[in-house]
Amino acid sequence: MRAINKNWSIMTGNEAVALATKLAGVKFVSAYPITPQTAIVEKIAEMVANEKMDAKFIEVESEHSAMASVMGSELAGVRSFTASSSHGILYMHEMLNWVAGMRLPILMAVVNRSIGPPWNIWADHSDTMTQRDTGWMQLYGESNQEAMDTIILGYKLAENKDILLPIMVMQDAFTLSHTSEPVEIRDEEKVREFVGEFNLPFKIDINKPMGYGSLMPPDGPFMELKMDMKKSMYSGVNKFIEITKEFNETFDANFPGPVEGFMMDDADYALITLGSISSTAKHVVRNLRNQGKKVGLLRILLYRPFPKDLVINYLRGLKGFGVVDRSSTYGPFGSLYMDVISSIYGKLDIPAANFIAGLGGRDLRVVDFEEMFMRIMEGEDGEIWINAGVK
Amino acid sequence: MVLVPTAYAPSSNNKTSSWRTTRPVIDYSKCTRCMICWKFCPDVAIGVTFGEKLDYPNERFSKLEAPFINYDYCKGCGICASECPFDAIDMVQESEM
Repeated sequence: MRAINKNWSIMTGNEAVALATKLAGVKFVSAYPITPQTAIVEKIAEMVANEKMDAKFIEVESEHSAMASVMGSELAGVRSFTASSSHGILYMHEMLNWVAGMRLPILMAVVNRSIGPPWNIWADHSDTMTQRDTGWMQLYGESNQEAMDTIILGYKLAENKDILLPIMVMQDAFTLSHTSEPVEIRDEEKVREFVGEFNLPFKIDINKPMGYGSLMPPDGPFMELKMDMKKSMYSGVNKFIEITKEFNETFDANFPGPVEGFMMDDADYALITLGSISSTAKHVVRNLRNQGKKVGLLRILLYRPFPKDLVINYLRGLKGFGVVDRSSTYGPFGSLYMDVISSIYGKLDIPAANFIAGLGGRDLRVVDFEEMFMRIMEGEDGEIWINAGVK
Repeated sequence: MVLVPTAYAPSSNNKTSSWRTTRPVIDYSKCTRCMICWKFCPDVAIGVTFGEKLDYPNERFSKLEAPFINYDYCKGCGICASECPFDAIDMVQESEM
């Protein structure tokens, strides 16, 4: 019944993102192409060239410059957008910190791809995991619909006057970026009304020159600025819940919010995942439920700020859980595992395993998730690499 | 409203001298007004006195403009003292001032 009056189309994740920037009223785009993000840039450039999108598009010579130019346009009070992947994200690392520290609500679509060497273009979260401390909010989507919706929700969240922080909107390479799925195209007028006008309170004014991010000695409010960033970021969890509610009412949609609990109500064992692998995990959860096993899945959509209280609530009462990290970071455990464990420390005492899986685009198959559930049901913990070893 | 690192103030308001531990002091009786210190100062913290003439044993020199150190921005690197061909600049511990 829901679908009758809706505008559905078959599109890739990249096309969904490009279209979402048009719907959200983005007026400035600067980007440098990199596989697998290239199709986003191409689509936006095409829409701008064909006058289907009222925006300025600037080609630059690098990702560092792409981020620097959207920083300039955003400071001028223009809603701006960029997109990148993998080594492009690493190259703009310095500017990512500048944009966040300057409190500029820029959105960047990231198509998650591994970091070399060896050269590899497939899905892996290592590129954005390495940027989790830059002050950007991070949203990991599961479907092409979410690729579109997170852009729309993202601008509303980022531009909130109590938040004013940039957001990275993630989708997995190829699994979403180059795979066509049905996507409901949100109504442009409604989106404009939902996102609202962009008014940067401290935009550049030639009649009132200002210093932006200039030198601050140790006794200046340097620490206070960082403290305020963290405060704003963590107020983003509740703000995101509010905005999700408004979004779902406006568009008659089903957007999950910061975290999505799948069959978690009476679960004894659960997996925690990020991104598109959650779909396969859900399939396995359903299968195991049919076999009478009480399992569930917790998907983290909002990774920065980390919604720790929501996660604790979902995990309370479990007999064991596992966290799937699709990134290679070289701390004691995977990044997501460390965030979850530090959130529940002193509050919950549950055995928890850390599964490292799917690096460099290696398939996460049904049997892999079955193995993960089996191992947490046997009470295993510590770091376990899945479907990896000498072949 | 959030805290933003912006200021309606010129960056000259940032007195970078706070991290200085030694201070250059010019002995104008030795200074020949060659301005080598002015050329070498990496922080443009050495200026030129305009109109003000400073004493010098040789009357010809005392009529010339002289370098002076702007202690609001001098970070105490000592390059001026090292470059001065006439040893006219002394680096003095701030704690002794």
